[in-house]
Amino acid sequence: MSEYRVSGRGRIDTAQPVSFTFDGATYRGFKGDTVASALLANGVHLMGRSFKYHRPRGAVAAGSEEPNALIGTRRGAGRFEPNTRATVQEIWNGLETSSQNKYPSLKFDVGAVNDAAYMLFSAGFYYKTFMWPKSFWDKVYEPFIRAAAGLGVSPTEEDPDTYASRNLHCDVLIVGAGPSGLAAARAAAAKGVSVVLVDENAEAGGTLLSEPQARIDGKPAWDWLASELAALREMGVRIMTRTTAIGYYHQNMIGLCEKLTDHLAELPADTPRERLWRVRARQVVLAQGALEKPLVFHGNDRPGVMLAGSAQTYLNRYGVLVGKRPVVLTCHDSAWYAAFDLHRAGAKVQAIVDTRGSVREELVSEAKSLGIPVKLSHTASATSGRLRVSSIRVNPVSGNTVGAGEKIACDAVLMSGGWTPSLHLFSHTKGKLAWDDDRTTFLPDVTPEDCVIAGASRGLWGIEAALTDGAEKGRAVADALGVAGNAVAYAVEDDRTGTGVSHKELPTDRSPGKAKAFVDYQNDVTAKDLRLAVREGMRSIEHVKRYTTNGMATDQGKMSNINGLNIASDALGKKQPQVGLTTFRPPYTPTSFGAFAGYHRGAHFELTRKTQIDAWAEENGAVFEPVGQWRRAWYFPKPGEDMDAAVRRECKATRSSVGIFDASTLGKIEVVGPDAVEFMNRMYTNPWTKLAPGRCRYGLLLGDDGYIRDDGVIGRMTEDRFHVTTTTGGAARVLNMMEDYLQTEWPDLNVWLTSTTEQWSTIALNGPNAAKLLQPFVEGVTLTEEAFPHMSCVECTVAGMPARLFRVSFTGEIGFEVNVPAPMGRKLWETLWEAGQQYDITVYGTETMHVLRAEKGYIIVGQDTDGTVTPYDCGMGWAVGKKKPDFVGMRGLARPDLVAEGRKQFVGLLTEDGSKLEEGAQIVFDPKQQIPMTMVGHVTSSYESEEVGQPIALALVQGGQNRMGDTVYIPMPDRTIAAKITSTIFVDPENARLKI
Amino acid sequence: MLLIHCPYCEETLPEAEFAHAGQAHIIRPENPSAQTDEEWESFLFIRSNVKGPHYERWRHLHGCGRFFNAVRDTVSDRFLTTYKAGAPRPDLETLTGEVK
Repeated sequence: MSEYRVSGRGRIDTAQPVSFTFDGATYRGFKGDTVASALLANGVHLMGRSFKYHRPRGAVAAGSEEPNALIGTRRGAGRFEPNTRATVQEIWNGLETSSQNKYPSLKFDVGAVNDAAYMLFSAGFYYKTFMWPKSFWDKVYEPFIRAAAGLGVSPTEEDPDTYASRNLHCDVLIVGAGPSGLAAARAAAAKGVSVVLVDENAEAGGTLLSEPQARIDGKPAWDWLASELAALREMGVRIMTRTTAIGYYHQNMIGLCEKLTDHLAELPADTPRERLWRVRARQVVLAQGALEKPLVFHGNDRPGVMLAGSAQTYLNRYGVLVGKRPVVLTCHDSAWYAAFDLHRAGAKVQAIVDTRGSVREELVSEAKSLGIPVKLSHTASATSGRLRVSSIRVNPVSGNTVGAGEKIACDAVLMSGGWTPSLHLFSHTKGKLAWDDDRTTFLPDVTPEDCVIAGASRGLWGIEAALTDGAEKGRAVADALGVAGNAVAYAVEDDRTGTGVSHKELPTDRSPGKAKAFVDYQNDVTAKDLRLAVREGMRSIEHVKRYTTNGMATDQGKMSNINGLNIASDALGKKQPQVGLTTFRPPYTPTSFGAFAGYHRGAHFELTRKTQIDAWAEENGAVFEPVGQWRRAWYFPKPGEDMDAAVRRECKATRSSVGIFDASTLGKIEVVGPDAVEFMNRMYTNPWTKLAPGRCRYGLLLGDDGYIRDDGVIGRMTEDRFHVTTTTGGAARVLNMMEDYLQTEWPDLNVWLTSTTEQWSTIALNGPNAAKLLQPFVEGVTLTEEAFPHMSCVECTVAGMPARLFRVSFTGEIGFEVNVPAPMGRKLWETLWEAGQQYDITVYGTETMHVLRAEKGYIIVGQDTDGTVTPYDCGMGWAVGKKKPDFVGMRGLARPDLVAEGRKQFVGLLTEDGSKLEEGAQIVFDPKQQIPMTMVGHVTSSYESEEVGQPIALALVQGGQNRMGDTVYIPMPDRTIAAKITSTIFVDPENARLKI
Repeated sequence: MLLIHCPYCEETLPEAEFAHAGQAHIIRPENPSAQTDEEWESFLFIRSNVKGPHYERWRHLHGCGRFFNAVRDTVSDRFLTTYKAGAPRPDLETLTGEVK
């Protein structure tokens, strides 16, 4: 047995010893221990250094609210986690743990110099210290802040664990399996009601685990607990432990994080580390209990100073005495019971120091009968001890006078500043809180959710009160569900009821200005910092919080919020509710990114859409680029080729013979119905009435504001059927927009819209030999200028496959797009590829497609346009139907700003020195003007062009269409480039090459 | 996550199936070209920023695909009602009176 282990106490399994390491040293504990309880059993209180001052710290609590004892845990490669609370992490054979915020060692840490320099680090020190000189920011302050920032060390290796995610629907969810939660579960678990009871601890029971002395319905608490849990399971209640309710979201959706493997020595196969549950409950009972507050006095953070209730938990749940000669310092009855428990377990309690002048007589007489000195009306003004508390200085208080201090030697200080109901999840519901002056705390008021709150989390004290309230609340939610709940009555003996008072920082006989009386341990915020913040003008608690960082640590102010509020409201001279409470936000306790990510990692992070021809491209060495969710072949380098060389070759081959291109990602929408043509007239700028079946047209889609939204070639297959193509990234948006107008503005139109993007594989053939290559495979159509002119479309058979054949060109060459049912795509592709070998067919990717279209001045919506560009800006007034009564965007085009002079217009640019411009580069008229210069446009597209013989660019330039031949300037970091404004059409302006 | 009642499917389903589609009851004029600049500006850009019950459009994107209207309280984030596109604007007092 370790020195501080008390035999016969606790719920640990002494038949199963466990060894683990902390900072390299091996320690022994038992199954059922946490890292903290096992270290305490070995007399180790020092578990870490604080964040700002690097002060030595030990565990102050025994549960998930622990602010100090944050450790790193490791289980081999990739399985390292910082900031694990030692009070929660269960031990297992081989667990490696380490302390944080220390260098070179926990016992000797050079960062502790911050503690001596605390004057520099007072409230708002970031805002004050790092203000000047300005030149220090880059070189000194920022590197310093970055190096010092962050708790613990982030893992650097990929996490090999898996994380799961599930939905759960239930009638009643109960959060917290202490007395009130257990009673609520029994009362609600009527026939046919599904009840889920969750608790963040390794075992259910809550307070009962720390209070074995109580007897419920005649049974010892732990016997009652065991039989009650068995009974609840029998009734069908689902009990989930190690499961934290991390957040309460709209309409009774609660997020749960269930930890499945962190407590196991052997990782079971195929088990996720954590499971995130999205629970939708018809009714919720919050039974999260209350959290003990520290007392605020100089030296209240020394290792060995801890919450009295936690000391009681360590003794009764883990069989560990946190000290042999403790002093109890309290303002609440509860700590007296902790003193009695420790005393009876063999500790010699040096004194019970209570700030109150009078305490219940039975407590005082029990202390006396145990031989424990009692000091009422006392304060604490200091502690001493370097790495562990060795004494406490207490002073009598009379009115406002603090008397002379008396030093009491001790090896632990057990403090209680009273209890704070746990209202985090209740606050997530936007529930209102009401200040309770008697208890000096906030209590739950009303919530918009179907949620009730029970037991200590609404300020009730004692096991019987919690059981009774839980039963009533359980019955209430059953009633709300329309079934008869059953609230049983409970009789509890040896219940520890009690009351207390609440304090700001404790009075002292020393200078309060020099006191290090901590309010927020994790962020090293003292009472003095809070008062300084108020003196410096912070009035709202939200400002005080941000200026001092009180309550902003990973424990979210579970211990510090009310103490901080008491001090701030005292400094402001206002009542607490007038100062207000800061907002609690999810998650309740720190939650791993893994749990939130769930299955969405690696290849499952985002879906990748692939065409039927994608596999061929991969087999043939394509380099891919993402376009929207699509993965598209970017270029096809031959051995030794870089991108430029590959694109040059692909462009040249396409312009000189024939290129093949996978255009399957083009968005496709089938517009069908008796009113299809009317619908198209209203949606697109172009006139469609006179477009004959078998013909297609370039269509331009605007928003009602007049700006270009999308474009694409649209074929009229029959009188009442249009094959609409959209940009690759715009397909969903265009369909949504069409549906919107059709459903809500023109419901009278008889039209159906269907997305057919993935129903077709689309293969584009471009180049002078395109028709020759394709003709032998096409049945029923002769690919001549007369029989099938440019901008024709037809349903026919290609290589034996049903096809929609379009004669269109996005390259300026003779072009065809063959659509076949998607699964046939690869077969057609390979057929054409094989037959194309006689013409040296070349496969090209999106980059070559971009170059070829830019040489012809064809826009790419979203690259050359940015949502503020009209058809006229683009020189595409020809696509706007002038005689139509209306179309989407028609009125918008007449808006004053859209018809004003000096709009940015689409032009070509050729640089004078033959250099290639940067896309996005800004353009000016006068390069000699003062900085900041007046920018008159920007480069939208820029490419090397083999065909033109020099790089080409497209740009939007103010009044550009009237500036043909003018020189503009593109200032770059190293030089200014001159460029001449040209037409956007660099190649074959007469379109001679489109002819067969 | 909100639960939303689709008035076409007549089912209450998770928000993830739906897409918000802006303020409701903004009617595109019969003849936009007859609109003054001010009228057109108002139609295009001017929206209310309501604290409380707000008329808005949603689309059951991953379900029936229909656009419908809703009254949602922007403070509590509660839906007071949903109704089919084209149905008249429900009376707010009746609605808030009905809801506890």
